[in-house]
Amino acid sequence: MSPSASGRIPTDLTLEGGAFNLLLGTTLSGKTTLLHMMAGLDRPTGGEIWFNGKNVTGVSAQKRNVSMVHQQFINFPNFNVFENIASPLRVARQSRAEIDRKVGEVAELLQLTQLLSRNPQELSGGQQQRTALARALVKDSDLVLLDEPLANLDFKLREELRDELPKIFETRGCIVVYATSEPAEALLLGGHTATLHEGCVTQFGKTAEIYRRPHDLLSARVLSDPPINTAKIRKTGNRFILNENVSWPVSRALKAMADASYTVGIRPHHISTSSTTDAVMVVGKVLITELSGSESTIHFEVDGRTWVSQSSGIHAFEVGTEANFYIDVARCLFFDDQDKLVTV
Amino acid sequence: MSQKIAHPKAWLFVLPVVLLVAFNAIIPLMTVVNYSVQETFGNNLFFWEGVRWFQDVLRSERYQASLMRQLTFTGIILLIEIPLGVAIALSMPRKGPWVSVCLVLMALPLLIPWNVVGAMWNIFSLPDIGLLGRTLNGLGFDYDYTQGPLAAWFTVILMDVWHWTSLVVLLAYAGLSSIPQPYYHAAKIDGASTWAIIRYIELPKMKRVLAIAILLRFMDSFMIYTEPFVLTGGGPGNTTTFLSIDLVKVALGQFDLGPAAAMSLIYFLIILLLSWLFYTLIMRNEQQ
Repeated sequence: MSPSASGRIPTDLTLEGGAFNLLLGTTLSGKTTLLHMMAGLDRPTGGEIWFNGKNVTGVSAQKRNVSMVHQQFINFPNFNVFENIASPLRVARQSRAEIDRKVGEVAELLQLTQLLSRNPQELSGGQQQRTALARALVKDSDLVLLDEPLANLDFKLREELRDELPKIFETRGCIVVYATSEPAEALLLGGHTATLHEGCVTQFGKTAEIYRRPHDLLSARVLSDPPINTAKIRKTGNRFILNENVSWPVSRALKAMADASYTVGIRPHHISTSSTTDAVMVVGKVLITELSGSESTIHFEVDGRTWVSQSSGIHAFEVGTEANFYIDVARCLFFDDQDKLVTV
Repeated sequence: MSQKIAHPKAWLFVLPVVLLVAFNAIIPLMTVVNYSVQETFGNNLFFWEGVRWFQDVLRSERYQASLMRQLTFTGIILLIEIPLGVAIALSMPRKGPWVSVCLVLMALPLLIPWNVVGAMWNIFSLPDIGLLGRTLNGLGFDYDYTQGPLAAWFTVILMDVWHWTSLVVLLAYAGLSSIPQPYYHAAKIDGASTWAIIRYIELPKMKRVLAIAILLRFMDSFMIYTEPFVLTGGGPGNTTTFLSIDLVKVALGQFDLGPAAAMSLIYFLIILLLSWLFYTLIMRNEQQ
């Protein structure tokens, strides 16, 4: 499949089956618009959408073999769970025996067997969303679109269903496109990710690969939670100079970098509150400390910029005091004046 | 369950409402009850009559005929206005600049005072100078609402449909606009036809507002007075004498206060009973 809607906004994407394809971006970054174009609900203003070697740009949703699950729990209000799951099969005029068999199978997979005779209003949010998922699965579509399907579920259910989703789709040959606004969710689901920013696809590739080596600052920002720390840095000779107090030697791998000004990107968990070998110390003023059960997230100020450090263990700091933070400089990312990742 | 603590002072908070309802509804109603069980003469002389007026009214052919006319009228306008209102609401645009234009056009008839509506249709339908009357006669129909009962009914119903379908449209439209867009997307992706979308998404989602629309239209049409009174005055003969017109004739025309009071109470109870029936039926359906 190759939806290339390269008109005003570059959104060239080639999606394949077998693994999750994730669309990651904030609200209004264009995830839903892209999904709607893939489904045939919206037409692109330019460019083309190809599916299995066929141009399907002008083909309506009814005639494409797609299914979609929305953020809201969408089911037919006056059908019970069985009828809801069966509805796409009824539209396709399949035989009763066939419908019974397929619905039973999918209901089993999604643990809905006990609930088949209930109405959607009598189900919990998780069960309603399972029903919607079952409706999407039963069709055996070539393309399954999931638009933030877990966003409206509470935490426990979200975790549970997130674990199940990849298993559910594992044996099916369909292409799954999953839109999410949470970087952590994208990393957990794995597969391939397209990072979206203001309607543009900034990068597309293996999720872990984008995380490790984002092409540019935008992609790094989209796939980072808490946000990636950035600062201006200068390379002169064999030293990186952050400010008059903080500098460190250029590693052998980066020797080829030209002497110039760069933007350094440091992920929050590469800034620690305790010293390690090769770590470079910065002094910052503590602004906020967020302590979760086993992790400390500390917002601090360096040279007028707010940075975030995330490290395991509980580290309590008095707000307003100065503290030492240690940057794992080997893991830093450098972006040039075009915000592109520097590769040497 | 925790034990509820009784606080006698709490009643003080309810008192204003009790007083308001008493002045507003209970005391006027009780004066009617008072008249309905007594014979009234001048000089404030009253004689106890028990249930005689009620028996008289229920047995009277005149009352039964008005009641039948009322039921027929209400039935017909519900059968026309509800489906028509839903159909218009479905065909109205859901977004864009035309939405407000349509809504204003729809709301216009509702803003016209009832007696003006009656007077408007009175002139509009006159066979010699009215646009509708002349047109119909020009087309070869023998149309004169002051002479023919059928023409009178036709005009009264047409007037009510013109005046009140908008209310159903606005309510149905409100119900439609509250359906989230993803429902339509989901239906489209499932390959559902336009009719299936109406039947399985829009109508079920409109059920609540439609129940309210039916209830409102039922109550209002059952109490209709001003418009037919101005249009036909209950005629020709008494073919369009609905319950309230009949009631006014008895109470103020003949000054039979006892029977009129009994009639009012029966009238009120019918509306109460039928509204309650409608409501429970529709709401029970909802729960299933």
